[in-house]
Amino acid sequence: MHRGKGMKFVGDSRVVAPESRKTMLPKDYSEYPGKTEAFWPNFLLKEWMIGAVFLVGYLCLTIAHPAPLERIADPTDTGYIPLPDWYFLFLYQLLKYSFASGPYTVIGAMVMPGLAFGGLLLAPFLDRGPERRPMKRPFATGFMLLAIASIVFLTWQSVSTHDWAQAERQGKIVAKVDFDKTSDGYKIANENACITCHGDNFQGGAGAPTLIGTGLSAEEVAKIAVEGKKGPGGTMPAGIFKGNDEQLKKLSEFIAEIGKK
Amino acid sequence: MLNKIYDWVDERLDITPLWRDIADHEVPEHVNPAHHFSAFVYCFGGLTFFVTVIQILSGMFLTMYYVPDIKNAWESVYYLQNEVAFGQIVRGMHHWGASLVLVMMFLHTLRVFFQGAYKKPRELNWVVGVLIFFVMLGLGFTGYLLPWDMKALFATKVGLQIAEATPFIGSYVKVLLAGHEHIVGAQTLTRFFAIHVFFLPGALLGLMGAHFIMIRKQGISGPL
Repeated sequence: MHRGKGMKFVGDSRVVAPESRKTMLPKDYSEYPGKTEAFWPNFLLKEWMIGAVFLVGYLCLTIAHPAPLERIADPTDTGYIPLPDWYFLFLYQLLKYSFASGPYTVIGAMVMPGLAFGGLLLAPFLDRGPERRPMKRPFATGFMLLAIASIVFLTWQSVSTHDWAQAERQGKIVAKVDFDKTSDGYKIANENACITCHGDNFQGGAGAPTLIGTGLSAEEVAKIAVEGKKGPGGTMPAGIFKGNDEQLKKLSEFIAEIGKK
Repeated sequence: MLNKIYDWVDERLDITPLWRDIADHEVPEHVNPAHHFSAFVYCFGGLTFFVTVIQILSGMFLTMYYVPDIKNAWESVYYLQNEVAFGQIVRGMHHWGASLVLVMMFLHTLRVFFQGAYKKPRELNWVVGVLIFFVMLGLGFTGYLLPWDMKALFATKVGLQIAEATPFIGSYVKVLLAGHEHIVGAQTLTRFFAIHVFFLPGALLGLMGAHFIMIRKQGISGPL
């Protein structure tokens, strides 16, 4: 008896009785057929060279694309459209379908991912046959291919339906500019609902750009305030401004001055 | 000199079997890309480990500057990103490493799956591997909140809503993660920091240890 419950020990459980002692040494090289190679140091050296090439590529990636950072979290900004990191997009997209959201959220959030990941976890106990080749395990292979196809499809759907220009604008770090909130210009902006979309510090929002440092002249600002504007990520309708000409002049001069360099 | 130290320790602790398991064994022909180029599919597990080591190292350096507090978290990340020498590189490596480790782990999982390498006697190792996959996803989720920028906050709110959808225990899970029934704030940030930096890495190291011990016990699965 060499293994399992019948193993005999001498006094101390760490010391196995001599008759049940079994050599734990791996087999000698000569017992392996084919061209084996010593792991230390021959194979490890090659692995390290591959690792070094990989690392260089990795560093180039970090230099070419610095890690993004959006503006500091503002829980009061209810217009922000969230997006998880790309590897959760497929789950996020799943929750947008009517059969997996609202009253059925539990299906999208728990049942479907639970079945998929549970199946993955228990794969060895579901696929118990002796065959290892993919073609001879049609169910295992089929389900895995289906899962990969679903993940790719859902991720692609999520990416293609997301408004990336808006996402970039809504998260942009905007330098905070001091301006007089008691001034007439700000009051007019407040009364005419400018700040509803452009933010109370004119930092911009999900549907509107920042008004800080626009580079526009007062006349151009006045024109947009009255006629609206069709921008890359949203449209400002005409007629938002409801004051008189004198107020319009004050407002446009005030906006044009903010963050002017 | 090194040999003498080795002999001195070996005489007392018998470390030769350990050394054999770690380094002094042979690499079979069918997993060696030098003999069969298609064997490169066996490299994904090792690359996952490599990126994991980079994640641990870069993460350790990030905590030298990072402050898990709603007032200073974003400021500290901004400072690290724009002022600290090589801060951008270290943070970039941690950011992209999170994606790379998942890509590599996914490819490794597919290799093991399509080769049927999880079959008897390697069922347990597969289960441990899938648990590592879950821990990595958890690390990705908790790490996303830490910079405390807009997308961090709002993506976490969505994630907590999903956790809340769990039948029966949903609200408890949410409170456990967020620290409050409704507010995603200071408590949430410190909890996610603790989970990201202590709980999950602890679980990860334990699981990876089990994963590697089982590989050495059982050896790599044979050719198809």
